[in-house]
Amino acid sequence: MTAVLLAIGTLLIFALIFGGILGYASIRFHVEGDPIVDQIDALLPQTQCGQCGHPGCRPYAEAIANGEEINRCPPGGQATIQALADLLDVEALPLDSDGAEEQPKRVAIIREDECIGCTKCIQACPVDAILGAAKQMHTVIADECTGCDLCVDPCPVDCIDMEEIAVTSKTWGWELPTGVAANIIATDKTPKVEAY
Amino acid sequence: MALLRITSPHTQRTGHRTAWIMQMVILATLPGLLVQTWLFGWGTFIQVLIAIATALVCEAAVLKLRGRSIMFFLQDYSAVLTALLLALALPPSVPWWLTVTGVAFSIIVAKQLYGGLGNNPFNPAMIGYALLLVSFPVPMTQWFGAYEVTAANEVMAFTDSIKLIFTGAIEGAHAVDAYTIDAYTMATPLDAFKHKEGLMSSEAFATLPALQPANINAFFWINMAYLAGGLFLLYLRVITWHTPVALLSALAIIAGFFYIIDSSNAASSWFHLTTGAAMFGAFFIATDPVSSCTSNRGKLFYGAGIGILIYIIRTWGGYPDAIAFAVLLMNFAAPFIDYYAQPRTYGHKEAKKGLKTGGDNP
Amino acid sequence: MLQQAQYGFHGGIHPPENKTQSLQLPLGQPPLADRLILPLGQHIGQASQPLVQIGEHVLKGQPIASNNGFVSSYLHAPTSGTIVEISEHQVPHPSGLPEVCIVLQPDHQDQWIERQPLVDWQTLSATQIIQHLSSMGIVGMGGAGFPTQVKLAGSEKHTIQELIINAAECEPYITADDMLMREKTDALIQGIQVLQHLAKPEKTLIGIEDNKPTAIERLQDSIKRLGANIQLIVVPTKYPSGGEKQLIQLLTGKEVPSGGLPVDIGIICQNVGTCVAVYDAVHLGQPLISRITTLTGNAISAAQNVEVPLGTPVSHLLQYADFDATELERLVIGGPMMGFTIADTSVPVIKTTNCILAATKKELPQPAPEQACIRCGMCEQACPAGLLPQQLLWFSKSQEHDKAEHHNLFDCIECGACSYVCPSSIPLVQYYRHSKSTIREAREAAVKADHAKVRFEARKARIEAEAAEKEAKRQANRAKAAASTTKAAAPATKPAPEKAAATSASDAQTILKKLKVELALTSTKLNKAQKNLQAAQESGDSDTVATLQGQIAELEQQKQAVQQQLESTHVESTHVDNATNVATPQTNKPAINASTSVTSAEVKKAKVALAIASTSLKKVQKQLAETPDDEALKEKETAQIQAIADAEKALQDAQQAETKLDAADGASPAKKPAISDALKKAKVDLAIATTHLKKAHEKLAADPDNEELKARVTSREEKLAAAKQALEQAQTQDQTHEKTQEATKEATNTAPVNTDALKQAKIDLAMAKAANKKVEKAIEKAKELDLPELAGLEQQHQAGLARIQTLEQSLQDMNQGKTQTAPAAKKVQVDNPQKQLKIDHALAKAALNKVKREIENRRKDGASEAELNTQGLLDKLAQCEDKLAATERQMAASETE
Repeated sequence: MTAVLLAIGTLLIFALIFGGILGYASIRFHVEGDPIVDQIDALLPQTQCGQCGHPGCRPYAEAIANGEEINRCPPGGQATIQALADLLDVEALPLDSDGAEEQPKRVAIIREDECIGCTKCIQACPVDAILGAAKQMHTVIADECTGCDLCVDPCPVDCIDMEEIAVTSKTWGWELPTGVAANIIATDKTPKVEAY
Repeated sequence: MALLRITSPHTQRTGHRTAWIMQMVILATLPGLLVQTWLFGWGTFIQVLIAIATALVCEAAVLKLRGRSIMFFLQDYSAVLTALLLALALPPSVPWWLTVTGVAFSIIVAKQLYGGLGNNPFNPAMIGYALLLVSFPVPMTQWFGAYEVTAANEVMAFTDSIKLIFTGAIEGAHAVDAYTIDAYTMATPLDAFKHKEGLMSSEAFATLPALQPANINAFFWINMAYLAGGLFLLYLRVITWHTPVALLSALAIIAGFFYIIDSSNAASSWFHLTTGAAMFGAFFIATDPVSSCTSNRGKLFYGAGIGILIYIIRTWGGYPDAIAFAVLLMNFAAPFIDYYAQPRTYGHKEAKKGLKTGGDNP
Repeated sequence: MLQQAQYGFHGGIHPPENKTQSLQLPLGQPPLADRLILPLGQHIGQASQPLVQIGEHVLKGQPIASNNGFVSSYLHAPTSGTIVEISEHQVPHPSGLPEVCIVLQPDHQDQWIERQPLVDWQTLSATQIIQHLSSMGIVGMGGAGFPTQVKLAGSEKHTIQELIINAAECEPYITADDMLMREKTDALIQGIQVLQHLAKPEKTLIGIEDNKPTAIERLQDSIKRLGANIQLIVVPTKYPSGGEKQLIQLLTGKEVPSGGLPVDIGIICQNVGTCVAVYDAVHLGQPLISRITTLTGNAISAAQNVEVPLGTPVSHLLQYADFDATELERLVIGGPMMGFTIADTSVPVIKTTNCILAATKKELPQPAPEQACIRCGMCEQACPAGLLPQQLLWFSKSQEHDKAEHHNLFDCIECGACSYVCPSSIPLVQYYRHSKSTIREAREAAVKADHAKVRFEARKARIEAEAAEKEAKRQANRAKAAASTTKAAAPATKPAPEKAAATSASDAQTILKKLKVELALTSTKLNKAQKNLQAAQESGDSDTVATLQGQIAELEQQKQAVQQQLESTHVESTHVDNATNVATPQTNKPAINASTSVTSAEVKKAKVALAIASTSLKKVQKQLAETPDDEALKEKETAQIQAIADAEKALQDAQQAETKLDAADGASPAKKPAISDALKKAKVDLAIATTHLKKAHEKLAADPDNEELKARVTSREEKLAAAKQALEQAQTQDQTHEKTQEATKEATNTAPVNTDALKQAKIDLAMAKAANKKVEKAIEKAKELDLPELAGLEQQHQAGLARIQTLEQSLQDMNQGKTQTAPAAKKVQVDNPQKQLKIDHALAKAALNKVKREIENRRKDGASEAELNTQGLLDKLAQCEDKLAATERQMAASETE
């Protein structure tokens, strides 16, 4: 009987000692990490487009931190989903955002002849990229435009177009080669390679 | 005029294709194959034929299932080479189904299931060998002895070899009563030395038949043949010197060290280098590019690691020879070594290490 | 003197050289092409800015485009002729995308512009010579086309130990440098001597591959004959020993640090072609207008080197060299290792085109199909940068860009050695190029995302602050209301448009504030630079003086830009402010009110500009007063010119304001005073200009031989003429205005269109004037420093003046046209209803579109017609259609009225 009590007592003492060490270590060596919301926010494309259903990238980052799916950001596309999956150590899911698709980079252009100067787009722009005043023609500062689409709907005369940003010889780059080895592990889904 | 638009460079070294590399390695094994046939009979030669046929069939079948161009991939000779290397490593006397199993496993599981040529993390031939060695230890450890020291006192005939491999028994003219299979086979010198059962080294060399000079010489000549093939590959720059030299010297150094400490029980470096599959492993198995390290420094670590593991397994492990397991173990470590043995890039003070991302490049 | 290289580099390959083909024939001189196509971006960095107009006749060597920023270059006419086009054209670039080119049609006179060699270059400072080289359009001719002046400018900050002349030319097929060294040996050595004078290196080394014995012999001979202090070092033939980094390692054993430049380790590396171009520029005064190019490949039967004017189309050269179109399979610009293919033979030869390789199918066969990488490591043995190509391939393929970067992807020089030796014929270089561009793109996107985030957060903070402010005000109001115990009739909410305007007003204010801060910063920097300049001038350090002067010019430009921006924002904010004021219930004639306030804003702007300009001027004056070199006279003149410029600007602004008034519909009483104000101002300006001219004349009389003064007088006269013209314009405008008043109502349909065009024309004019002013300033500076670029600048100035004149002409024409249309169109139509109708129409259209879209979406989702009907969507559609038709009818009616 004493032996059992002794054993329990010893174990208790050990538990207390190690618990104390762990507790001390957690305070003494506390690492002030980046809050997870900031890390998530840093990965989002900051278009502030609201296509995820949140009013901006930061709110979406907060939502993700609280357990929302990571696949609701069309401007970021698959690359952002992958990055988020890596950060949060979850599985990368295919993009899901109610029909919105990953699109090439775009910029808003106001057809200036048709603009009636209502300032509605100015109020809608999340990054203040539209310049103009009431009853004055508006225009988009192309460099500041994130291509978020938010100004298109409010326009009463539909004079805003989203145009793809054209490739110039300065922004051009070689495409990834499409050889045999491009798809490392061929599956039933990949097309047969018979051309040789 | 439709002109070709393509990225530079626009020219390629002619003739040095993947298939050429494989062909050259196959060519380099020929001296070894010849010597093995000369010393131990047609067994090895027959095994090679069985293995290659199996490999081609398996490869074609899997390629078909994977929806890949069969001829395009068969022509790279990689399946042939894998089969050849495995067959050379097998004892000449093993039954045909054993060879078939080993090769099929090599090609289907160890190579194609991982994505085919270039994507297998382990040496396929050694995977097959290890499978057979673990599953069928008895036939896999029966080697032919040099004919001078065997009971049969001659090399097995071609017909006998075929019969042995396909039926498992010898019914030839010579084999009626006197000569069973045991008349031809015996432990390899390494095996014999390992199981010398408390004998001193000198006693073992004096008494055990497998350790007679004739048998040891046979294995010496096999090793020399593979060394010659390896030098040929070095000359062609198909392989670099780093892996074989690191492997052989590590083996020699560690063996020498223990031999100096305890020469009565340990074997000498020379014995380790010339009686097992050391040369074959160093020049043909460890240099398999796909599953080994890539940087020159990495190859040195990789080769040395194999050399050390060979000695450890030979001396303290359960198997007489250890090339397969040593190579497979180092295959595991190869990616890790690669990350830590990067060369110093031009314009950098130090070589990069590890995989730390977002490093010093702005 | 002849030495072997002591060092080596890792890797390298030995591809077949194929150099003998093009060395069989002597240096060829093909006939002139019918059209020379000169891309504006022939170098690394910013594309040049055109200096010529379509239809202009240019002389050989005349600058036709100037540099546009620090890393940029000049461009010159390769022969005399007419500019026939400035438009997008195929250029030698791997993308195959077009770029803006100047197209020149030669007149076959080959008439040179007056050349100005630097005869006494040995006594000139490095800065002066570098500036000369810059204006001669010299860029690195080895391949990348790095502007030479930028490279050499680095030598002022670092001590140069070695000047390395790259004569290795390691690429197969190319013999252009070899031929150049054989033909122009002395020019090369003399060019190197100029570079020695500029960079002041401890040692000068020529690195040449041992497969060019003839060139080595001639170089040795020439070095001995000219007594040059140059070492000739022979390196073994191995690709890519001609790569800048590899050659540096071969000759010195040093390595260029990753991400750095050779100059960081005290080395400057120049191609032999560049050295000869330097010789031409300094000794002969010839800009870079031609180069030696190798025409080779089996599709050409007369392979040779040719000296061609830049801009010659490749097709012309192929014709010259007897090529066989049926044999041609791949057309490569550059060598087979690093060149790129082009699909269009109309691309021109540019400054960096060292070879045109017209290969047959047999010669450069299609690459074999790509196989899996077996990690054989041959690429690693070949890589001259000490990379692990197979690992990089793995990371590139799997898009693990951070790992690729960690494996030093950006140290890859894309030499192609790895692809060359790859037994699986993997296009490794393409993988790396793709990865590099993807990484660069991602970096840019990250920067942009950060920027967007900052802006978004700033906007959020602003909106919150506004809301809080409003809330506070409301509460204060409520408290007040409660205290005074009167009924709570205080306006609880303001009208919506006002709110919006207020928002953007405060927005504009923030920007304004930011800009002001920026302006202040720039001015401080400028002040500092000027102080430094002063100190440097006192200590007599000529080199530093020159760089400082460059810096000051840059800062001044920056400041101007900020000022301009500030001004425009200022106007905007006043616009907005005014709009806020106007947006009150008074809806009768908002347009007129707005335009009146706009005019006042313009006048305000002019005043602000004047005030700012005079302050900065004062500062400059102070600085100048302290410098001993400058006479009081000069100072005064600068001040006068500045004053005139500002007055001109003010006038211009007033004119612009007047245009806006014109645009405002209906005659307003405010308009007349504005015009007469402008008129008054123009008259005053004229008076001032006349006085200045008189003064200048007096000075000239006192000092008749002073060339500078003469020039000044001429410019003064020009200005006087301009002022007169302005006055005239103001007068005509005055008349126009009166005429307009006579007409009872303004024409509404044609006027806006006209005013738009007019506005555009005026903006163009203003821009042209501003540009010319810049040039004038530059001339001023150049005169002060007595720089050799003066001629070019003056030419530029003349061109600018011409452009201004034509613009003014067209503007006047337009003005006249407008005055004609105004009274002619006698539409008794109040503008506001018309506009309202238009807006209604647009709204109706938009509503219709929206309903249509909605219906379509529903249909897509599978809703049946009946469902749609019950949802009332179809009704809505019909309604919208009706409405649209109604507005259309109304509009038609109003138009017929």
